[in-house]
Amino acid sequence: MTGTVAARISAHPFFAGLTDTQRSSLAEDGRAVMFTAGQRLFDEGGSADKFWLIEHGGIALDMQVPGRGGQILETLAAGTVLGWSWLHPPYRWHFGAMARVATTAIEFDAHSVRRRCDADPAFGYAALRSFTPVITERLQATRLRLLDLYAAPSQLRQREIQQADI
Amino acid sequence: MTGQGMARPAFTEPAAAVPCFYRVASRREDTGDTVTVELAEPAGPVPAFAPGQFAMLTAFGVGEVPISVSGLGDNSGGRACRLEHTLRAVGAVTRALCAAQPGSLIGVRGPFGTSWDVASAAGRDIVIVAGGIGLAPLRPVVLAALADRSRYGRIMLLAGARTPGDLLYTDELERWRHDGVEVAVTVDQADTGWSGEVGLVTALIKPAGLAPGNSVAFVCGPDVMMRVTANALAALGIPPGRIRVSLERNMRCGAGWCGHCQLGPLLVCRDGPVVGYDRAAELMRVREL
Repeated sequence: MTGTVAARISAHPFFAGLTDTQRSSLAEDGRAVMFTAGQRLFDEGGSADKFWLIEHGGIALDMQVPGRGGQILETLAAGTVLGWSWLHPPYRWHFGAMARVATTAIEFDAHSVRRRCDADPAFGYAALRSFTPVITERLQATRLRLLDLYAAPSQLRQREIQQADI
Repeated sequence: MTGQGMARPAFTEPAAAVPCFYRVASRREDTGDTVTVELAEPAGPVPAFAPGQFAMLTAFGVGEVPISVSGLGDNSGGRACRLEHTLRAVGAVTRALCAAQPGSLIGVRGPFGTSWDVASAAGRDIVIVAGGIGLAPLRPVVLAALADRSRYGRIMLLAGARTPGDLLYTDELERWRHDGVEVAVTVDQADTGWSGEVGLVTALIKPAGLAPGNSVAFVCGPDVMMRVTANALAALGIPPGRIRVSLERNMRCGAGWCGHCQLGPLLVCRDGPVVGYDRAAELMRVREL
């Protein structure tokens, strides 16, 4: 992947709602990065000081569950964003993240972007408007997964029994 | 193409009312609770089934259930010589049908209902979105498109399953990939051996990079999954009339006589199960009594 960071941000769908000027400003806080398959980006509880636009490859969000090891909660594909814990205190990652395959991304310095949002409310509003559809989409998807739509009646009964036992 | 226009072949009265005897030619366990049976050699002539249509299958002495065809075998000469049905054991009848061993007899009535009308997608990309056992009625779409490959553009299959162990046709998915189908799979709950995608099937839509203006979508799965998927496809720009869903209701007679499967103005066994989303969207939002 070649091209300036600004050009790569423009080519990525995530910040399509920003103006050219806003994207140029944002580019000052970004740099191109690559991750090898299996490389960890962050762990639960760590300082949320970055976020990424995934250009190619894919990321797995995970969590360590006692007795079950690392559980993958969701995978993220190219064309989306990774990381929004930097937006609000306590600025700690809620989950871990690992590159599933070789991945290229644009990495942003979250402190700097946050300062930029505070200093320029129009920029901050536009940036937040880029994040909210993705947050909403993932919340809705999570709710639908909670419905366990593909379960057979017997699997749902089994789950109800397990929940009643707790 | 709207639901009203979906191909609905005529059936003969005996095929509609009286089960034909089919022998179980083979039986394959797809997952822990799902079995594909191949049925062969009916005693009498039966009209050929089309992808998307369903049969009323009888487990003698137990009962009858509607099951979509998951494979058509050789339908030359206008007769259904072989049928494949993928069944999930969820009740007494499906448990009995799943347990049927090669050589045993199963009753078949049909074909019933509308088809996917795959041929009408000629010249366009085909987007197949399956949730859970919804992949079974869509398998004939993949096979029909591959059998006539030059007529279609890209063929994309986006499949979601509950867990990796619940994924159907895993061997075939690989073969289809090899044959040029763009296959993407996701599961709701991964296990330690799973290295693929995790999430809702709709998350596979954007990365597929489909061309909304030149695509026809075929969607099958639980009602909510179909609604969410069809809405996502429509939001991308596929006209609702080119998004087809397969409705599942309480089919009994299969021929529009008894009214058990009524959904608003539709008798799903006759006017469905395959319906354009331009017709189905409003009906799928109606709360059931």
